[in-house]
Amino acid sequence: MMAQQMDAVFAGFGGQGVLFAGKVAAMAGLIAGREVSWLPSYGPEMRGGTANCSVTLSDDPIGSPLVLTPNVLVAMNQPSFVRFVPEVMDGGLVIFDETLVSPEGALPELTFGLPATKMVEDAGLAGLANMVLVGALWEKSGFCTEAELLSAVDKCVSASRQALVQKNKQAIMLGAGAARDL
Amino acid sequence: MAADEQMSRTEEKAVFQRPHALLPVVTNYCPGCTHGIVERLVAEVIDELDVEGRTIGIAPVGCAVTSYDFFGCDMIEAAHGRAPAVATGVKRSLPDHVVFAYQGDGDLASIGMAETVHAATRGENITIIFINNAIYGMTGGQMAPTSLPNQVTQTSPYGRDLDTAGYPIRVCELLSTLDGVAYLERVCVDGPKAVRAAKKAIKRAFQNQVDGVGYSLVEVVSTCPTNWKMTPQEAFAWMRENMLPYYPLGVYRDVQADGFANAAEAAFARAQDCPMASGKAGR
Amino acid sequence: MTEKVLMKGNEAIAEAALRAGCRHFFGYPITPQTELAAYMARKLPKMGGTYLQAESEIAAINMLYGASAAGVRAMTSSSSPGISLKTEGISYMAGADLPGVIVNVQRGGPGLGSIQPSQSDYFQATRAMGHGDFYLPVYAPSTVQEMADLTYVAFDVADGYRTPVVILADGMLGQMMEPVVMPDAADPASLPAKPWAASGHAGARPHNVINSLHLDSEKLYQDNVRRFQTYERIKRDEVRVETYRIEDADVVVAAFGAAARIARSAVNAAREEGIRAGLFRPITLWPYPARALQECRARAVLTVELNMGQMVEDVRLALEGATPVSFFGKCGGIIPTPDEVLDQIRGIAEGLGE
Repeated sequence: MMAQQMDAVFAGFGGQGVLFAGKVAAMAGLIAGREVSWLPSYGPEMRGGTANCSVTLSDDPIGSPLVLTPNVLVAMNQPSFVRFVPEVMDGGLVIFDETLVSPEGALPELTFGLPATKMVEDAGLAGLANMVLVGALWEKSGFCTEAELLSAVDKCVSASRQALVQKNKQAIMLGAGAARDL
Repeated sequence: MAADEQMSRTEEKAVFQRPHALLPVVTNYCPGCTHGIVERLVAEVIDELDVEGRTIGIAPVGCAVTSYDFFGCDMIEAAHGRAPAVATGVKRSLPDHVVFAYQGDGDLASIGMAETVHAATRGENITIIFINNAIYGMTGGQMAPTSLPNQVTQTSPYGRDLDTAGYPIRVCELLSTLDGVAYLERVCVDGPKAVRAAKKAIKRAFQNQVDGVGYSLVEVVSTCPTNWKMTPQEAFAWMRENMLPYYPLGVYRDVQADGFANAAEAAFARAQDCPMASGKAGR
Repeated sequence: MTEKVLMKGNEAIAEAALRAGCRHFFGYPITPQTELAAYMARKLPKMGGTYLQAESEIAAINMLYGASAAGVRAMTSSSSPGISLKTEGISYMAGADLPGVIVNVQRGGPGLGSIQPSQSDYFQATRAMGHGDFYLPVYAPSTVQEMADLTYVAFDVADGYRTPVVILADGMLGQMMEPVVMPDAADPASLPAKPWAASGHAGARPHNVINSLHLDSEKLYQDNVRRFQTYERIKRDEVRVETYRIEDADVVVAAFGAAARIARSAVNAAREEGIRAGLFRPITLWPYPARALQECRARAVLTVELNMGQMVEDVRLALEGATPVSFFGKCGGIIPTPDEVLDQIRGIAEGLGE
C-alpha cells in the first residue's frame, strides 16, 4: 500500500520509544530516497504523559509535517489509541500493542494488535515493544524494503551501542513474523 | 637656551609621567572625584605588567562611561551593568589576553548584580575595578545600592529609609562566599599612603589574572563631591566618617594567602565532604 | 560531508553554525530551542570552543557582544520571551556595528504564551529588536535544509555588513526532522579579517573602541546615516525570496517559514481544482522582497501566518493598495490545515470570478 504517501502517527507513553520508532521509519524512508519528515509532540505532555510523533514519507516535497489524518497509526497505549483511531483515514492501517490496549467500538478494517510488550519480555528484549510494532507495520504496509529498514536501525542507534542494534533488529523481525500470521 | 636644554635632557630622570596606558586626553571628571586617580592607577599597573597590547578594558554606564577614550588599550563600551558578561565573552574568545571591567556601584551592584555574581561564581579569570561612591553620579545623584542608611539623595530626599528602601549591599562581603572568587579587597584613595595601598591591590588583581589565579575584584570606596553637594575636602571627610565604618577596608578573600594556588584549589578543599563535588562519587 | 542525514531543525542550525566557523555559543535554557544549545554543549568543548550557559538571556547576549567585539564568530539562541530580554543587547550590537547570529525558535505569546510553534515575533524581528533606529537582516527558513543553509549564510552576512543577523524559526521547524545535506566546513583561514576588533593592539595600532555612545548629536546623526547607507546595500544585494507556480497565478498566497509549507500544500490542492494559485515565500523578512511581490501580478493576495496578522502589513505596504490583500492565520500553537487555507483560496477565487 505504501507506494503512496505514508502519513503516520506513532503514539504512546513517554519512555516507550514512540519517537524513536517514528525516527526509524523516517530514516528508512530517507535511505529509500524519499522525502521524509518527523515531527514530535513536545513540552509538558512528554513528562509522564503521552508522546507522539508525525512521520511522513512521500515522493513529493512535504508541506505540513503535522499529520492530522493519518493513514498509519501505531498506538502503544490506551489514551493514544482512543485519541487517534477516530482520526485515521478510511482504509488506513492501525497497529497496536495488545498488552496495553483494549480496543473498543468500531475499528478500521485494517486494525492489527500484537501483544508486543509481552512478546519482548518473553524474548529477553524488554523495552523494545516499539520495534516489534515497527516490524508489524513494515510487514503489513511494506513501506520500505527489509534492507532499508534494518539499515535505518544501524543509522538510528549509535555505533557505540552495537548490542542494542542487534536487539532492535531482532524485535523488528519478531514483530514482522507475528504480523504475518494476522 | 639650546645648550641648557641639551644638558637638562641628558640629566633628565623621569620621576613622574603620564602612564602610557592612559591617553593624553582631558577627562570629564569633577574636582574631588576619585575616578581620575583610580584610572591612573589601573594604567600604571597595565604599564608595569607590560600588558597594554593584549589588554581589553570594558567601560560601564555611569560617570566612567567615556573611559574608553582615556585608556590606551583596546576598549569596549558595555550596556548598563553588563560589563562582567561582556568581559566573559571577550575572555572566552581571547583567553591569553588581559580583560578588566571598570564599574560603578549602580552598574555593578544594582542593574548588573546578576552578571556580577555569576561572573564571580563561574570563576572568570578577569579583573573588576569597582568604584563605590554610594550614589548614581551620571544621572544626577540618585540613591544607589550602596547609599548609606539615612543618606539624602535625589530619590531619597528624606534620607534612605530602611523600611522602604532596605539596606545597602556590601559587595566584597557578599562575593566572599563564592568559590569562584580568588581575591577581594576594599581600598580607598584618601591620601598618598592609601593610594599606594590601592595600587598594590589593583596590581595584585591584574597579576592574579596574568597568573591564572582567578576572579579578582578591588572595591575602591570613593567620593562624589558634586552629588553629595560638598567640597572635595568635605567629601573626603564624609567618606572617612561614614563610608569607611560601613564599608571597612581590608582583604575579604585571598585564596593564595589561605595557601592555595588558585580559586579552584580553594573550592576543591572546601568541598571535600561532598562526594559529588570532590569527584569521589561516580558521575 | 555531502551525505544526506536526518536531523532536527534545531540541531541543523547548530551544526551549520559550527561549519561556518562559530566556536562560541552563549545560551540560556528555553523551549523549544533546547536541542540547539544541547548540541553546542556536546560539540564545542571537543572543538576547543566555548559553550557557556549564561545566568540569563541578558547575560548571554552581552557575552555574544563581548565575543563578537573580540573578533570571533559567535552565536546565541532562544525563543520568544528570551528574545525580548536580548533586545537590549541586540540594539547595542547594532549601534556598535557588531556581527553575530541570533536564533529565535518562536513560540506563542504574548507573555509566557505557550511553547507551541508560532510566528508572532515577526513585528519584533523586522521592526523592533531593541530601541533606536536600526534594522537587521532576518532570515525565515522553511525547511530543515534551510535552517542549515541560512544559518551558514547568516555568519557571512553578519561579518560582511557588520550587523547582527536573526534566524527567525519556530517550534515546528526546530523540533522536526528532515533530511539535510550540511554545507562544507569553512576554512578558518578564509574567514574575514576584523581589523576593527578589540583584540589587543599589540603596540601596532591605535586602540580600537567598540562603542555605541556618541554624546555629540552631529556624530550620532552621521553614524546613523552611515549605517542606513549599509542598509541600502543590504536591501539591494541580500533580498531572498522563493516563488512557486506564480507565473499565471490569480491568487497568490504569501507565507513564510512553517506557514509557507502549509500554504504550498494548499496551492497544489487549489491547482488540482483548476484555481490558478501560487506561493510567494519571503526568505528574508527584512529586507522584505517587496519588488518581487509587486511583480507577481496577482489579482488577489492571501497572507497566511501563524499569528494574528503581522507580515500582512508588509504585503500591504509593498502592494500600495494596487491589489486586494486578505489574511488568514491561527496562533497559540494551532497550526492551520492545508484544507483551511484551501477554503480561503476558494473563497477569494470565487470573488474574482464574479
